Amino acid sequence: MEGGLIKGAAGDPEITVIRPGAVSLGSRLAELLSYRELLYFLVLRNLKVRYAQAVLGAAWSILQPVLTALLMGLLLGRFAKFSTDGVPPFLFYFAAMVPWTFFANAVTSATGSLVANQQLIRKVYFPRLSLPLAAVLSAMADLVVPMLLLLGTMVVDGVPMSPGLLVALPVLLLISAVAATAIGIGFSAMNLRYRDVQVALPFLVQLGFFASPIIYPASRVPEAYRALYFLNPMAAVIDGFRAATLRTHALSWSDIAVSGTTALALLAVAMVYFARSEPDFADLA
Amino acid sequence: MTSDVPAIHVEGISKRYRIGAAPASRSLREALTSGAASTIRAALERARGGASPGDFWALDDISFEIPAGQSVGLIGHNGSGKSTLLKIISRIVAPTRGHARIHGRVGALLEVGTGFHPELSGRDNVFLNGAILGMSKAEIRRRYDQIVEFSGVEDFLSVPIKRYSSGMVMRLAFAVAAHLEPDVLIVDEVLAVGDAEFQRKCLGRMDEVARNGCTVLFVSHNLAAVQRLCRRAILLDRGRIASDGPTAEVVDRYLAETAARAEPDCWTALASPHTPVPKAAVFTAARYIDPQRPNCHPRSMGPARFEVRIAATTSMPAMLAADIADELGNKLINLDLWKINGSHADLPRGESVWRFDLEHVYLKPGRYFVTLWLATTTGSTIDYRPMALRIELASDDPMRAEGDTPNQEDGLVPCRASIVRVGEREPA
Repeated sequence: MEGGLIKGAAGDPEITVIRPGAVSLGSRLAELLSYRELLYFLVLRNLKVRYAQAVLGAAWSILQPVLTALLMGLLLGRFAKFSTDGVPPFLFYFAAMVPWTFFANAVTSATGSLVANQQLIRKVYFPRLSLPLAAVLSAMADLVVPMLLLLGTMVVDGVPMSPGLLVALPVLLLISAVAATAIGIGFSAMNLRYRDVQVALPFLVQLGFFASPIIYPASRVPEAYRALYFLNPMAAVIDGFRAATLRTHALSWSDIAVSGTTALALLAVAMVYFARSEPDFADLA
Repeated sequence: MTSDVPAIHVEGISKRYRIGAAPASRSLREALTSGAASTIRAALERARGGASPGDFWALDDISFEIPAGQSVGLIGHNGSGKSTLLKIISRIVAPTRGHARIHGRVGALLEVGTGFHPELSGRDNVFLNGAILGMSKAEIRRRYDQIVEFSGVEDFLSVPIKRYSSGMVMRLAFAVAAHLEPDVLIVDEVLAVGDAEFQRKCLGRMDEVARNGCTVLFVSHNLAAVQRLCRRAILLDRGRIASDGPTAEVVDRYLAETAARAEPDCWTALASPHTPVPKAAVFTAARYIDPQRPNCHPRSMGPARFEVRIAATTSMPAMLAADIADELGNKLINLDLWKINGSHADLPRGESVWRFDLEHVYLKPGRYFVTLWLATTTGSTIDYRPMALRIELASDDPMRAEGDTPNQEDGLVPCRASIVRVGEREPA
């Protein structure tokens, strides 16, 4: 075996073996599980620190998507008369901004997570994967209130709660979380070596914003490009959010399957890259 | 733990760093442009199977075993590989070659208060830091009251620690670390910070942990602490084990080999430290004299003068200090430019000479060691030479031969004194 760490059997004493090279993915994941309490404390730290001394505190998690959607509704929907598939503009944009805000925040904070915690990486051993994971999980906590608001507007609007909807939303959220985790894990490791990543990131997120059906409906994408278009995991997530919550069109499970597969493939590539880079982290930090 | 199995087994551990290969600021463009060249170079190097001129071996084929329950001190100059070895054993960095096996739960303490966040309350930080050091939530909760009591900051636990004094943060951080109860404890120079009281408390707690059967691997420049805590010591020199055995012998060897034995009025060259990256400024030489009697050892209670040469690659302000310690590493005299003059040393580009004048050295005749320290104005070390220079203080008593070693009965500190009869009373 080429791993750097093999824990002994469940009983004591534990045996730690230290070797050169990367650790096998399986033992990494098992180890991550044994450090789940650290993950919990890291998430708690992220949330507490983010809102420390902020007057509005957690209200910021709702202001960001709401204000953006309001502005888009006014400028794009009312003034520029962009197509919103016949739905009130605010709802059309809000349904997209809820998952997108989560995705963009998760990717951004996960990408910076290793660099932001260099001191820890240099001085203590723990599964490094817990840093980008904690960043994604903290972003997920900020998703709770906007999601409730979105469901609330649906009730007010009289959108019927169908079983399909109740299945679709968790699946879509899971895909966006997997995609954000994959990109966050890969970028965080790359960022530790090449700080270019964090410089380029705002620009990349902006490209993603236009490559996803946020300010336009996915129905406007020509049929010939749809297969390519839905390789972007967030395309199916946002389109699916609109289909489920606004009933603009039927849910396309095939598009969702394509996006889900892309997200999982990205995750696999990112995990391998992360595990390969990990032995150098303390020297790069 | 069964004692026939070593707690720490290290075999052939080596660690290579590529000089200039991975500075933190390396950008993508450099990687892309130099990628092809370095790939070819790496392939050639593998084919030759050896070191390239850009390689720096921080550790070279280190092997040792530590039986369960033994405390071992790791000593050596800066850059001898102590910290790298600790980082490998605590799994922070991977070795280039070799392997190690550790039986039991490992607790590594390379720094006190790692992961403390200024915005979080004392309580939150205790839990976060505990989790980072590898304690479970249940364990921290169970020891929480003890930790709080040990820290002495009970009244401020709900306050963000950015409002604490640095001493309070340090006490809280150490309280968490002190309640880590691993089978194998790895401790780096954490005692270098904090005041004497704090250091005493740290050492006491480590003594207690060691007596409870914990295996301890302890790095320190404080030779007195190493002698007190460990019966065995390992001396590292330039990445290799130079000596391994009873602490007293190893410490003697360390002092004999590493401290340049200075002759009065002669400049003693100080070897450049064994580090991969050139330093902005280094001590190059030092000398000491009796300002009143050239070519002689300064006398006990007489004046003494030290001079150090510093070579800097650029002009800069710096903090400069020297201290005089006894053979056990107990610091006896501290000469800190900032504390004495309230100013920084303005180092010019190139070489400069700095003079320390001591009016009276109230130390007994004997052997002492001078440690030199150079740091940036914010206090981060540029060059640190623990016990770099070995000096002799001669007796001020003309009746005694030079170098005559005083005995214990003379007391710790000499003093100019007179004793006379000032009264008398006739017997009744």
